[in-house]
Amino acid sequence: MVQVTIWGSLATATGDQTEVEIDASTLRELLDGLAARYPALKPQLERGVSVAIDGRIYNDSWFTPIQEDSEVVLLARLKGG
Amino acid sequence: MALDRKTGTAPREFKIIGTRPARPDGIDKVTGRARFGADMSAPGMLVGRVLRSPHAHARIKSIDSSAAEALSGVHAVVTRADFPAPGEDVADILDNCMAGEKALYDGHAVAAVAASSAAVARQALKLIKVEYEPLPHVTDVDAAMAVDAPALHEGRANETVPDGHSPNVMARHAFGHGDIEAGLAQADRVLERSYRTEATHQGYIEPHACLASMGADGQADLWCCTQGHYMVRNTCAAILGITQGQLRVTASEIGGGFGGKTTVFLEPVALMLAKKTGRPVKMVMSRAEVLRATGPTSSSSVDIRLGMTSDGRITAGFAELRYQGGAYPGAPVDMGAMSAFAPYDLENVRTIGWDVVTNRPKAAAYRAPGAPMAAFAVESAIDELARDLGLDPLEVRLKNAAREGTRASYGPTYPAIGLEATLRTARDHPHWSAPLGPNQGRGVACGFWFNFGGDTCVSLNITPDGTVNLSEGNPDIGGSRASMSMMAAEELGIPYDKVRTVIADTGSLGQNEVTDGSRVTFAVGLATIEAARAAKREMCKRAAQVWGIDEEAVIWEDGAARPSGPNAGEHPPMTLADIAAIASNTGGPIAGHYEINAEGAGVSFATHMVDTEVDPDTGAVTILRYTVFQDAGKAVHPSYVEGQFQGGAVQGIGWALNEEYIYDDNGILQNAGFLDYRIPVASDLPMIDAVILEIPNPGHPYGVRGVGETSIVPPLAAIANAVSAATGTRMSDLPMSPPKVLAAIQAR
Amino acid sequence: MSKIHVTTTINGDPVDFLCDPGETLLDVLRDRLGMTGSKEGCGTGDCGACSVTVEGRLVCSCLMLGAEAEGREIATIEGMADGETLHPLQRKFIEHAALQCGICTPGILVAAKSLLERNPDPTEEETRYWLAGNLCRCTGYDKIIRAVMDAAKDMREAS
Repeated sequence: MVQVTIWGSLATATGDQTEVEIDASTLRELLDGLAARYPALKPQLERGVSVAIDGRIYNDSWFTPIQEDSEVVLLARLKGG
Repeated sequence: MALDRKTGTAPREFKIIGTRPARPDGIDKVTGRARFGADMSAPGMLVGRVLRSPHAHARIKSIDSSAAEALSGVHAVVTRADFPAPGEDVADILDNCMAGEKALYDGHAVAAVAASSAAVARQALKLIKVEYEPLPHVTDVDAAMAVDAPALHEGRANETVPDGHSPNVMARHAFGHGDIEAGLAQADRVLERSYRTEATHQGYIEPHACLASMGADGQADLWCCTQGHYMVRNTCAAILGITQGQLRVTASEIGGGFGGKTTVFLEPVALMLAKKTGRPVKMVMSRAEVLRATGPTSSSSVDIRLGMTSDGRITAGFAELRYQGGAYPGAPVDMGAMSAFAPYDLENVRTIGWDVVTNRPKAAAYRAPGAPMAAFAVESAIDELARDLGLDPLEVRLKNAAREGTRASYGPTYPAIGLEATLRTARDHPHWSAPLGPNQGRGVACGFWFNFGGDTCVSLNITPDGTVNLSEGNPDIGGSRASMSMMAAEELGIPYDKVRTVIADTGSLGQNEVTDGSRVTFAVGLATIEAARAAKREMCKRAAQVWGIDEEAVIWEDGAARPSGPNAGEHPPMTLADIAAIASNTGGPIAGHYEINAEGAGVSFATHMVDTEVDPDTGAVTILRYTVFQDAGKAVHPSYVEGQFQGGAVQGIGWALNEEYIYDDNGILQNAGFLDYRIPVASDLPMIDAVILEIPNPGHPYGVRGVGETSIVPPLAAIANAVSAATGTRMSDLPMSPPKVLAAIQAR
Repeated sequence: MSKIHVTTTINGDPVDFLCDPGETLLDVLRDRLGMTGSKEGCGTGDCGACSVTVEGRLVCSCLMLGAEAEGREIATIEGMADGETLHPLQRKFIEHAALQCGICTPGILVAAKSLLERNPDPTEEETRYWLAGNLCRCTGYDKIIRAVMDAAKDMREAS
């Protein structure tokens, strides 16, 4: 199980939990797992999120490995200028 | 010294990285030969022009273009009715390029014409009859959040917005951790203050321009100035209902972007006119059109609550940020809310961001989108509390600075970062201890930006005479071709001038993310290094073949393949040119290519220091001295890194002191020109000292971090802190134009 | 609308063109003569990207009519280098990295050349005020001012 930190305004979709546990070993499994367990997260997941894994930020790479003890933080989708 | 992940962790001596060679496009740009967006022509070309709404908000009841179409020299008129129904992902973009049921801001495109000359096109626009039903409008973010404010859209708010809000509120974002009230209770002093910033424009000197052609077979070509021609291709193909493969986009030289050229405005319209007329169509915006209808940044209204102990420890930080993003959802308030407190190690931090629509042009990205306004509020508040408590504002920042292992206010734990280094260097710099005169004040502020990577595809080809052509897909906006040539030359061990880098069209490479998010030197650089490594592997293979030894027994060193190891035997090294010359005999052309979604860009921090003098009689602010301290990871071409620091700082100076969108009571923009929308000029400024720090990014082979955006984040607050120090009164409303400063002095 | 026949000299070359009475010199240069080195950043004389000299005087070509070129000597960015040899200002702009995007560069070079013809030894302040009519959004002007001052120094030493 991977512990995932989600940001404040998403907690309404997780029953006010900002830390949730998902069974995942890749980024794709993580996002699929979140959507399956918390369907209310789906609109935001579809709009896009970034994910910080051990301090590095990932956007799309499905098969990025996630270790059990990785720090995983969901972020609003980053956009630059 | 950077660490090279691929070849171990030993510090690496660079030969070319860190030097300052001439840029490859230099001569073209100093002789007038470089071709920008408006500099291209085609045989039989028509001129396209856009008719724009004179109303801030109006229902479009009808458009009658018959008189215009009957005018001699007019070849086509295009309105929204000509475009297919858009998919959800491009609906707002199309609506911004060509209004549908409503005109949503002064300057919103409602029709376009293609004619034989600019004079005929102008005349034709006057003949298009648009029947408008004017509607109530709103341009201020706080007014737009009132429950009874005029509504731009119905039912567009997403699920994050609680019931009972204005229909102009599109989204709510909340971040943070800890307990704000408990944190504030531990503070010796608590500050509550509100801050406002006005909308500013990216202000690139080159107006948007493009040249489109489209055949009856659906194949289309587009030349345009853009930060991302792959984005233009994908967006225009979706809007026009053609495939991406049918549309080839070539990026012209780009005359500035700063985020403002990360979307489309004219391009789909030009393609539609070209389709209807069967002729090439060129469109160029006027400056007034650029200001009225292309992306400024958000204006903002921010409330801060900040608690500090008497020894300068921040016990809690709270920010509520309201950004208006113009007529469509997407104000960068989520970025503002994530970055607001990012430089600090806080136990209790919370930010709430509101994305609000108003009757203004759709906000486009502007250099570190969303971050400068948030930093303005937070860095002003820290400064004010520090001064109130009699503490050194720089030491307070050092005391609270985020460092490796700090949990960032937006969630993750930082790896090695450079904030402390910028603060310590700033504290030890002669600027910090230089004396100040009467009416002068010094300000300091920190800034943060995420930096991005993204899809990247490059191709590196070795010519038969042993030189190198590098093709990449990111428009060069500030010297990046030089940086790519340097990284390729460094990796291959050949001189810089043996590499020529070009920006390839969309038909020549795979998908490339836009030139944004300070990604190019990081991501395209990474791909370039890997492409060069692929070419080196191939060259080692060719040499092994010639020598009749194992590939593994050949290494690449100093621009040549060399035998290595006990069983390799004695062979004279083969240089890149030697191997290139016999490429046909050893298997054919030699190339290296690399495709990646580059993840893992390193965040970047800066500290800015500024001295200002305020004229007590007029309120005019003079910038006396300015120093930027920023972490570049590794500066590939230090001159262009300095240039990014200096340019960002000066855009921030404009934002802080002069620049603003001014609307009248009817929602009409009053200053749509460079005379009244005043960006900094040479005589406004001193030299901008740039101090480059190098804390390597572990995510890049040479340690490179993006540098382009962070430099616009600290100036707003640094200058406000300096002006507040000079006047003895807190400036919390930008721009600090002379009338506002004078009023503040008089109210003191 | 009948066109006006204009005979003029541009960068030393005799040039004839027809233009509309209301057409600016900038439009003539760019659209009729294919000389796109002069840029249009504003069309209202505020940005200086279209700077040229007329009889040695610095003007915004967007504020002058094409018809007014009759019988005059016009100099544009395209005439600044001497064949393969760059003008010292052009050389110094590359050396100092005084351009990022490069759109303002032609106008700034034309304006800086005009400054140095009048004042071969300008102070930093004089340089900043002379160039105050040329907007640059990329550089913050630092490296531009350094390049102009350095070119002036080289030119003084060479003369």
